[in-house]
Amino acid sequence: MAELGPVLEVLLGGLMSGVLYALVALGFVLIFKASGVFNFAQGAMVLFAALSLVRLAEWLPFPIAFLVTIIIMIAVAWAIERLVLRPLVGQHGLILFMATIGVTFFLDGFGQTIWGSNVYQLDLGIPASPWFLLESVFPGGLLVSPIDVFAAVIAGALVIALSIFFHSTKIGRALRAVADDHQAAQSVGIPLNRIWLIVWSTAGIVALVAGMAWGSKLGVQFSLSLVALKALPVLILGGLTSIPGAIVGGLVVGAGEKLAEFYIGPAIGGGIEYWFAYVLALAVLLVRPQGLFGEKIIERV
Amino acid sequence: MTAPSPAPRAAPAALEVNNIEVVYDHVVLVLKGVSLSVPEGSIVALLGANGAGKTTTLKAISNLLHAERGEVTKGSITFYGEEVHKLSPNELVRRGCIQVMEGRHCFAHLTVEENLLTGAFTRKDGRAAIQRDLEMVYGYFPRLKERRKSLAGYTSGGEQQMCAIGRALMARPRLILLDEPSMGLAPQLVEEIFEIVERLNKEERVTFLVAEQNTNMALRHASYGYILENGRVVLDGEAASLRDNEDVKEFYLGLSGSGRKSFRDIKSYKRRKRWL
Repeated sequence: MAELGPVLEVLLGGLMSGVLYALVALGFVLIFKASGVFNFAQGAMVLFAALSLVRLAEWLPFPIAFLVTIIIMIAVAWAIERLVLRPLVGQHGLILFMATIGVTFFLDGFGQTIWGSNVYQLDLGIPASPWFLLESVFPGGLLVSPIDVFAAVIAGALVIALSIFFHSTKIGRALRAVADDHQAAQSVGIPLNRIWLIVWSTAGIVALVAGMAWGSKLGVQFSLSLVALKALPVLILGGLTSIPGAIVGGLVVGAGEKLAEFYIGPAIGGGIEYWFAYVLALAVLLVRPQGLFGEKIIERV
Repeated sequence: MTAPSPAPRAAPAALEVNNIEVVYDHVVLVLKGVSLSVPEGSIVALLGANGAGKTTTLKAISNLLHAERGEVTKGSITFYGEEVHKLSPNELVRRGCIQVMEGRHCFAHLTVEENLLTGAFTRKDGRAAIQRDLEMVYGYFPRLKERRKSLAGYTSGGEQQMCAIGRALMARPRLILLDEPSMGLAPQLVEEIFEIVERLNKEERVTFLVAEQNTNMALRHASYGYILENGRVVLDGEAASLRDNEDVKEFYLGLSGSGRKSFRDIKSYKRRKRWL
């Protein structure tokens, strides 16, 4: 049993950081699933939301700061719909993708201009000292960070709520319809503008949650927007259109990179964590381009 | 509101298109003054070759042109007396005018039943009524009921066309703009679909404006027809009289009573065009 302890601890740590990747990936999936746009700006939205929250919390009680940030993210969604998506309706997916790159630059710059570009500490009131689980089974117990547990619970709740929303509600069905065919959705009376506002607002709120989790771990700073890069392999693994896929992908990437570091790392000199996810994504692309849970690419012959 | 003027035909017009011009990308003039009228409870056929402007006319009515950078620059469109040219597509669907687009456009990753339910998006009359209409649609298209759980993307072309028409029916429309239902389908299926259209017209009181290239089929099921060429209506009339018209026979039905015509006759046909 004794030798299993460290492995389990590594695995657990990996799974927990995987949940954090998954939180970011979830934002991508939401927008892609509902509008067929790959939103490059998701990372910038994470940064913007976290920055807003941390600066507002300096002079507002935390719950109010949280609510105000949600309102800000809805306003951002509204502005993106109005100024970026509406003029580009009916354009090719690649053009919309390019537009979101523009949104990224804007949000990164704008956010740091109004909120400042220092490193801000975000305190969620969660004890920073790790918990030790199962001390009776393993010597020294398993070390778990409370923040990771918090993130895992929130992510789980988000996934369940979003899955129900997408598959069992009228709006959810309309969102999937829009993702399949903008014009046909419009022709049956689904108002594209309202749908986009809903999707981008939801993605903004998911970004806020991801920003809180990552921000309390790393501090709120520019590098937060780069966690989006870590979400890409997660997306490829889980499938761009699957909400559970984002979670499973996150867990696989998180656990995989930590375990690889643990087992193979010493043999090749370490540093596996930094590239493992991308190699894994590459392998998945070769065998299963739609990802583990992605929608089948429908081709009629 | 002024008192309505006496209607020229027996049935009041569900749709009145008055001399519209459509411009794409601010420069390309596609419709050069199209007028047509669809009486309530009728099936009206809009005929013409590729690129004549049939789809553009339908999209101008349903306000789907915007996504293609098209714009109605002149003329007016009224639906039951109301000017609808500034309405968004979903407001128009709510008023009872819905388009079935060319090439079906089913939602490939939704099941057949989910596709049908998206058609009810604008309705506010409750689950029970929607469920009843779902059964009504399944009544007209039993094949859809068999395939209700399969992804629409995996169904056949005919099933997709039925799915698209059924989806439009779920909105409880008064007028369906049906764009090229025969596209890519076997003749037998086309016949079947037109028969269902006719039944829907009689039994559910749905008015149809059908854009078709299959002139023969369309004129057998419609009561009135318009022929578009180069963005203009060149001929219109009762379906029966169009079927007997020598020019229509020659150019659209591929029949000719008097052997091969010379080019001079073709020119005279062009001169006989109705230019407005």
